[in-house]
Amino acid sequence: MRLARPSALIALVAGWAALGQDADQIDRGKKVFEHYCAPCHGAGRGDDGAPMLPGTHALYLKYRGQISGLLEERADLPVELIKAVVRSGVASMPPFRKTEVTDEDLEAVAAYLKSSAARNPR
Amino acid sequence: MAILPPGIDSARFATALEALERVVGAGWVLSSDEDLKPYRDHYSPVPLAEDELLPSAAVAPSAVDQVQAIVRIANEYKLPLYPISTGKNFAYGGPSPNLRGSVVVDLKRMDRILEVNADRNFALVEPGVSYFDLYRHIQERGLKVWIDCPDPGWGSPVGNTLDRGIGYTMGFYRDHAAAQYGVEVVLANGEVMRTGMGALPNGRAWQEYKYGFGPDPSGLFAQGNYGIVTKMGLRLMPQPAHWRTGLVTVPKRRDLAPLINTVNYLNDLSMIGDPWYGSPLRPLLTDPSFRAAATRRGGGDADQLDRYAEAAGLHSWQVELQFYGSERTTLANWEYAKELMMERIPGARLFDGESLKVPLSREQIEQTTGPYATSMRRNITQGVPSLGIWKNLGRTEALPDTWAQGHIGLFAVLPRSADAVFEAQHVFADTMGELGLQSGITALSTPVMWYQFAFLFSAGFSTGGGNASNTPEGRAKVRDGLNALLVKAAEHGWGEYRAAPYFQDSVAAQYSFNDHALRRFNETIKDAVDPNGILAPGRGGIWPSHLRRTRR
Repeated sequence: MRLARPSALIALVAGWAALGQDADQIDRGKKVFEHYCAPCHGAGRGDDGAPMLPGTHALYLKYRGQISGLLEERADLPVELIKAVVRSGVASMPPFRKTEVTDEDLEAVAAYLKSSAARNPR
Repeated sequence: MAILPPGIDSARFATALEALERVVGAGWVLSSDEDLKPYRDHYSPVPLAEDELLPSAAVAPSAVDQVQAIVRIANEYKLPLYPISTGKNFAYGGPSPNLRGSVVVDLKRMDRILEVNADRNFALVEPGVSYFDLYRHIQERGLKVWIDCPDPGWGSPVGNTLDRGIGYTMGFYRDHAAAQYGVEVVLANGEVMRTGMGALPNGRAWQEYKYGFGPDPSGLFAQGNYGIVTKMGLRLMPQPAHWRTGLVTVPKRRDLAPLINTVNYLNDLSMIGDPWYGSPLRPLLTDPSFRAAATRRGGGDADQLDRYAEAAGLHSWQVELQFYGSERTTLANWEYAKELMMERIPGARLFDGESLKVPLSREQIEQTTGPYATSMRRNITQGVPSLGIWKNLGRTEALPDTWAQGHIGLFAVLPRSADAVFEAQHVFADTMGELGLQSGITALSTPVMWYQFAFLFSAGFSTGGGNASNTPEGRAKVRDGLNALLVKAAEHGWGEYRAAPYFQDSVAAQYSFNDHALRRFNETIKDAVDPNGILAPGRGGIWPSHLRRTRR
């Protein structure tokens, strides 16, 4: 049996670590999304007969079905765009402060959305 | 640092910020334009104007001793501070201060739920806790207590209570300031004070007896600026076993009087939760001739409107009632309500609504069909926080491109009588018409009874659509119109219960009995407890002596 070369082992371990780090970041992003974003931008019905939650519905109307109203199905949301929208607000959505969601949280949300969009292609 | 606090140059301000950073740590003093963007009032009536209420910086402590240190530094540098809890009271200013250039003390990082007691039914929380946080905490532990939440669930129970916010369950609980039971506050001199039984070292009933001994100053911190509240006790409603609803309709316009009086009776005996008034005639507003009758200058003519109602086979008014308790007690209360209505109002119709075991399932909360069409919002009647109310803003099917971007809240406090409602309907509608403002107020408009013993009548606006088109000019028109409405309301004996910072001086100015004796008293206290005037100058219309000339 041939043993792997030390450099290959290091690369393998580093790869696993990176995967683990990615998974941690995605998991963190999921938690942040569920806490701060999903009450408006999640799936499911809105209150009292509304067909969708308000943020999801607004995006559905904006794109008229050409692009998903669900952020978790969007693969086109780079972290820079997410930060710009979250920090400045848009239309009736007010902005969020760093005391609520940090820049690292938003990077994690971007990683989570990329991952969820890959799992839920439209 | 584009904006500086009044009277402080940039070098001194930079030194003050360095001192603040030594207290809270790197990253928690925010002063770049980019970092301060989220501290704007997203629904400001004067966006991007020279007098927009923007902060100069924000500082975010994580503990009480840091708040004390911040206050001491503010005294040294004469920095105006503006504390926020979660900063989410949109329509009432969000995180923006009363005084342009204030340093926001952002308490969001102080987010501990210190206690939830489901045997004695209270909570003790820090200001950064949101209604969502508190609800999740309770649910995760299976505790049998409810929170009473306002429409958006991202707000802070502490901040909402300090703004005298409201909810939708039983009377005592939906008046959030009434359900406040004890505060801990950092005073302007940096000392920590506790009110009520909290003032007793090792006190054992802080959240059960709010008064302690002697005057209870806890109410002074609501809509005021005498301290920074760092802990608050809240009474929680025990989870009821059952929820029941019923609908009452009455035929004639003048029947609103006995209807309101009967609901007052039931409410004041704590037999019902938040009642929801409405008018079955609303669908007729699409008929131009009926609409003209319902928006007639000087108010609707009762006989004329009754003829429309009779021709359409509709009743004039309705109230949806809700009952919390056991299956049998809610039934008994509903049966008694029916008995009173039939006895007092000829022609009243009574409809059994839903009868559900609590807690409702998610499916039951989302259920939209029932014995009759209802306007009662499900989540909040069950103490479940949500952001669903945002469906009233933003794009809609009807307005996919010219949607309302914001809202400015304005609610006048009225006596709980039909006469007051009829008068408010035409005074607000007529005044808004004179000001060229689009008004949704008609002879069918009804008040809300969020407070236990008063009506609130809405004259708020969406900053979009017909009134403002989301432009600075349009919002300015709304701002000027609201100021004029405040004056008109006061002429009729109505004042606002709450307002965004931009309007607080105007609102406070209407409470002018005996040459503004109340405001002078409040400002005498201000000068005594906060001689440097560092805490939230202008909040509640209360200004420190050196800034009184800036009163709007």
